[in-house]
Amino acid sequence: MAEQSRNGASRRTCLKVIAAAAGGAAAGVGGAVAVGRLGRAPEGPWRVLTPEEARLTEAVAEQIVPADRDPGAREAGVVHYIDRQLDGPLARFATPFRAGLRLLQQTCQARHGKPFEALGWSEQTRLLEELERNKAPKEIWTEPSARDFFNLCRDFTMQGFYGSPRHGGNRNYASYKMMGLEYPRLIGQNRY
Amino acid sequence: MPNKHVNAVVVGAGAGGGVVAKVLAEAGLSVVLLERGSWQSFEDTTDDELRSQRTTVLGNAYGPDNARHRRVVEHPNGSTRIVLPSEGGYGNNAACVGSGTLSYGAMAWRFMEQDFKMRTLYGCPEGSTLDDWPISYAELEPCYERAEWEIGVAGDDAQNPFAPPRRKPHPMPPFPYNREARLLAGAARKLGWHPFPIPMARNSIPYGGRPKCIHMRSCCGFACPINAKGGTQNTVIPAAIATGNCELRTDAVVSEVLVDERGRARGVAYYDVNDRLQRQTADLVVVAASATETARLLLNSKSKLFPNGAGNNQDWVGRNLQGHGYTGANGLVDEEVYEEAGPGACVAFCDFNHGAKGLCGGAMLANEFISLPYHFTNTRPPGAPRWGLAHKAFQRENYKRIVRVMGPVQEIPVFESRVRVDPEVKDHWGIPVARLSGRRHPHDVEIAEFICDKAAQLLMAAGAHDIWTWKPGLGGPSGGQHQAGTCRMGNDPKSSVTNRYGQLHEIDNLFVADGSLNVTNGGFNPALTIMALGYWVGGYIAREWQGGAHFKG
Repeated sequence: MAEQSRNGASRRTCLKVIAAAAGGAAAGVGGAVAVGRLGRAPEGPWRVLTPEEARLTEAVAEQIVPADRDPGAREAGVVHYIDRQLDGPLARFATPFRAGLRLLQQTCQARHGKPFEALGWSEQTRLLEELERNKAPKEIWTEPSARDFFNLCRDFTMQGFYGSPRHGGNRNYASYKMMGLEYPRLIGQNRY
Repeated sequence: MPNKHVNAVVVGAGAGGGVVAKVLAEAGLSVVLLERGSWQSFEDTTDDELRSQRTTVLGNAYGPDNARHRRVVEHPNGSTRIVLPSEGGYGNNAACVGSGTLSYGAMAWRFMEQDFKMRTLYGCPEGSTLDDWPISYAELEPCYERAEWEIGVAGDDAQNPFAPPRRKPHPMPPFPYNREARLLAGAARKLGWHPFPIPMARNSIPYGGRPKCIHMRSCCGFACPINAKGGTQNTVIPAAIATGNCELRTDAVVSEVLVDERGRARGVAYYDVNDRLQRQTADLVVVAASATETARLLLNSKSKLFPNGAGNNQDWVGRNLQGHGYTGANGLVDEEVYEEAGPGACVAFCDFNHGAKGLCGGAMLANEFISLPYHFTNTRPPGAPRWGLAHKAFQRENYKRIVRVMGPVQEIPVFESRVRVDPEVKDHWGIPVARLSGRRHPHDVEIAEFICDKAAQLLMAAGAHDIWTWKPGLGGPSGGQHQAGTCRMGNDPKSSVTNRYGQLHEIDNLFVADGSLNVTNGGFNPALTIMALGYWVGGYIAREWQGGAHFKG
């Protein structure tokens, strides 16, 4: 027990140091966190995704569960769920998922001359609808297929937004609050 | 050091094996109970929706793990694919002490009298192996009773005019209806149906030294944090161990039933927690590893007299794999019906299990277990958006306004729906894996059409709108959590694997005691029937034991 709490304490200290370093870098260089017109990149550190992939993943996830009067995928930290699982139980999907991210940017560049994050909201939506229907350019979408990639994005986002907060998503119980579910639950409740 | 010889080795600590171990240990036999999984509890698995028995996207909370296990699924066109335990198509049940009974929804059904004589009632549809059980409901009734009292079941058959006869009532009063069930029960009465509370292996009052239910919304698919749900892991298995005659060994993966040159079972070979190959010799062997794994184990147990697997000289081991074709209807209502009181399922209707013109059977209908938020993301009417603002709005507005009625269609068994062992693919221990093939009988879909229409009719009477139905496709092989039928019991050794006591026709000190024995699988969740079969098979062995004289070949 004592051992555990000692480890816990040192990990916390460690995190603080990293956070300070990242903050310093951002202030010094100006490019590590804020990324011009593509908007603010989500803060790492990342286990599998590059910062650029994390930003794109987050933009796609936000389309799948957009913010309205309740938080969307971005605020709920869905990209953290995805990054963590790609290094864990979903590791077998890391290669096709990252390949799909590359093909998505290729598609955007070929068609609009700019990355996905720089498209307008409804342009992004239309493009994802094409992927869902497998209508995106076949010469680009060889492996994975557009539909397979879209389904990965869709399922991962739903899992990260609506699944248990312990896996890195659903921050502040965003989806549970939205749906009116008590959490954490009172164990010992007895209504009958 | 070799393991000490025992009277009986039981493979699988689930619904059937846990019961058999207790019956034999109480009868004074020395027993080793082998389980490939480990002990699990709520503390290990929590209420994590993504890693549960209902949703396995991040793995199977209750085993088996993706790292060491595989199965092969054969498509009707002959192509094959390897599937992981947490993926669809694997047909997983569980791998832990208690197996499915640790995390099940705990519906504790008795099959009906008709379910034991399907062929007599309906004949044998073309392309099927529909048959009667070699035992009747009346013969199994005392075993159902014992299961209900030893595991602990809350229910009240007095409200179900279709319930089969019983000598004793359920040991606990039934659970009251939740809001959804009250709505549905009222609507059902208007239609002339007969609603009644679902029998549950869950404590409505303190029972068996365990407290009463606290109504977790994460109940079905999860371990209970306070042990209010009864499974073999918190009832008969501890009782077996307490006799002093039963040793439970977990993380023991059985690779083979050892059959000698004279065709008698001598024990089993298994890999222990350190992957070391061990032998456990015994006077008799009981296999209760689930319909898929029991068949796989027998098929992998090749010997001089049984070159195609133990007890398989007639090529019936692994045949007739079945489960349930689930079907039902969902609808939306104006007022919220959600109640923070798990597990949710509480009212049932047996009006359509038997008797519909032109159909060989039917299904029980019931309201559904609470769907957790991620699970609910895939519950949508046909054509509804799968993502975006509209999908999110549906989630927010309708989660507490959905009413769902569904039921397990009793399947018509098919000879070609089967478990084999794959010629190439092996698991972590080098044991050939199960290969599943075949498809369900087309009549299952016809029955499902009838049943989901009834479900929709009920929702309409309950004032629901936007009603949509769903039914099973012809797809691949059935099985899954309700897997059954692969070592059918019967009187004719040419068309069954065991006799009426689960004893292999071809090897008389080798028994099966799980859903593999089911000739047909009822229109009900099968756990209580598997437990009853545990008492039936165990009781027979205990009676015949006679100090071991009978089984020492």
